[in-house]
Amino acid sequence: MVYRLALKDPRVVFIGSDLSPGLLQEMKDAMPERYYMEGVTEANVIGMAAGMAMDGFMPFVNTIATFITRRCYEQVALDLCLHHLPVRLIGNGGGLVYAPLGPTHLAVEDIAIMRALPNMTVTAVADAEEMKRLMEATLDWPHPIYIRLAKGGDPIVSRPELGFAIGRAVVMRRATTPRPVLFVACGIMTNRALKAADLLAQQGIDAEVLHVHTVKPLDEELILDRLADAGCVFTLEEHTVIGGLGSAVVDLAVERLSAALPPIRKLGLADRFSENYGSQDDLLALAGLQPPQIAARVVQTLGRRDAA
Amino acid sequence: MAQAAELALDRRSNYLRSLVVRGLAGGNRGHVGSSLSPVEILRVLYDDVLRYRPREPDWPARDRCILSKGHGCLALYALLVDKGYFAAAELDRFCAVDGILGGHPERGKVPGVEASTGALGHGFSIGLGMALAARMQGRPSRVFVVMGDGEINEGSVWEAALCAGKHRLANLCAIVDYNKVQSAGPTAEIQDLEPLAAKWQSFGFAAVEVDGHDVAALKAVFTRLPFDPQRPSAVICHTVKGKGIPFAEHQADWHHRTNFSAQVLDEMRHAVGA
Repeated sequence: MVYRLALKDPRVVFIGSDLSPGLLQEMKDAMPERYYMEGVTEANVIGMAAGMAMDGFMPFVNTIATFITRRCYEQVALDLCLHHLPVRLIGNGGGLVYAPLGPTHLAVEDIAIMRALPNMTVTAVADAEEMKRLMEATLDWPHPIYIRLAKGGDPIVSRPELGFAIGRAVVMRRATTPRPVLFVACGIMTNRALKAADLLAQQGIDAEVLHVHTVKPLDEELILDRLADAGCVFTLEEHTVIGGLGSAVVDLAVERLSAALPPIRKLGLADRFSENYGSQDDLLALAGLQPPQIAARVVQTLGRRDAA
Repeated sequence: MAQAAELALDRRSNYLRSLVVRGLAGGNRGHVGSSLSPVEILRVLYDDVLRYRPREPDWPARDRCILSKGHGCLALYALLVDKGYFAAAELDRFCAVDGILGGHPERGKVPGVEASTGALGHGFSIGLGMALAARMQGRPSRVFVVMGDGEINEGSVWEAALCAGKHRLANLCAIVDYNKVQSAGPTAEIQDLEPLAAKWQSFGFAAVEVDGHDVAALKAVFTRLPFDPQRPSAVICHTVKGKGIPFAEHQADWHHRTNFSAQVLDEMRHAVGA
């Protein structure tokens, strides 16, 4: 994808930090001067990308999500965000993708720490098709961007007819009744929100799904608009419940909705390191984030609310 | 290990130091020792080596000079004042709430500053990226990065050195202001760097050592750049922390100072002939 962008935009440069052999081989062969495969030197490649961007380039830096966020956080904060440069950080395996590799490789606070940085844009698309639309859009976005990548091969749920713009959320499923359940999700959790909505529909519970592929800047107007109509809100993220999409939505709602604030529940990962391996789906299940579990949480919450 | 000789400073060196002292007085604070050791390095770069246009700070073909040891910024500010990037009166507002000159230099705020530095170990990678950008664009620009001896404790510096060596960046020059005293004490005690030239050579650099206060020697060294057309260059400048203010020389407790008494300010001005 980077190669395709590089073909049409001379600013585009690729910088990897010790990735798979043969990655972007076509680009390496066609334009070796804009293809850099460097060593295991995250701090250095971020600074290097900053230097290139200061002189007119748009570097796409790529490595594993944990390492491109945690390992070189000060370089991201100062070299990229303080200088406000159009560098793109592509984090492979955001969330629980590297489940079998254990907690060293799980990027479950990446969104929180990236969105805490001024000038940073934070994205978590739902699937590969939406990723293509995001990559095209990056060429016209002058700010640093963190791009949380999923495993690849996830079901395609995004739809081109709904449009794509950085900073704009997308209503993926509309409710037909007043005061519906509202799911606000990002990344691969949007797919699970849609499935949970289907399960709830079977039980006569109407649910809307709002997909927030850009966690920062947040599409405040659309989120507030949908929150105002909702009976109950569930945020869904493959991320710690501290500081991610759920926190962003709750902060916004508390600040702006005051008396009209609907009940909001943050569904995500608990504040602890994972103690299990298995697959991404296994860890999502342990966290109660698979569609049937999400639907059950909704039913339980609604029941408790009705009882109260 | 070579040591900087006790050279007498000439009028220009003392004048530049007087600008440093003006900043120290203006802010009533500053990194005294760290701003005085790199004065001749920056003087020779700006007087004799770098290609730049003060009236056109963004001139694309300019050479880039990054003061990666951003805490030594008063030395850089002195040169930028001297070259007309901004007025000397800004030094009187050093660290003022609405001033442009902070305790570390900021790109976009201070004309002529290429990178916001202050957190150590960042400038060299940025400079490396600029050197690669120049190569990609076919520009003749060279990149000079001035680092402190304490700064090069940072692992990121050596990540960048590995990378620069690999890319054979002959348009990149690492400069170490080797004043032998870091914040906590002597480098030999806190984190010994020796053999320093051999370290740079082993990372793929052509390394040269020079007395960092000897203007003629510095000029001779920088004029020879690149030392090797296939390798990046490293210039290890043996300097004296606090150079030019006798009571601050070699003193770790003059690394950073605040709340100068009128007497100390007078003594500093007197030492630099202001």
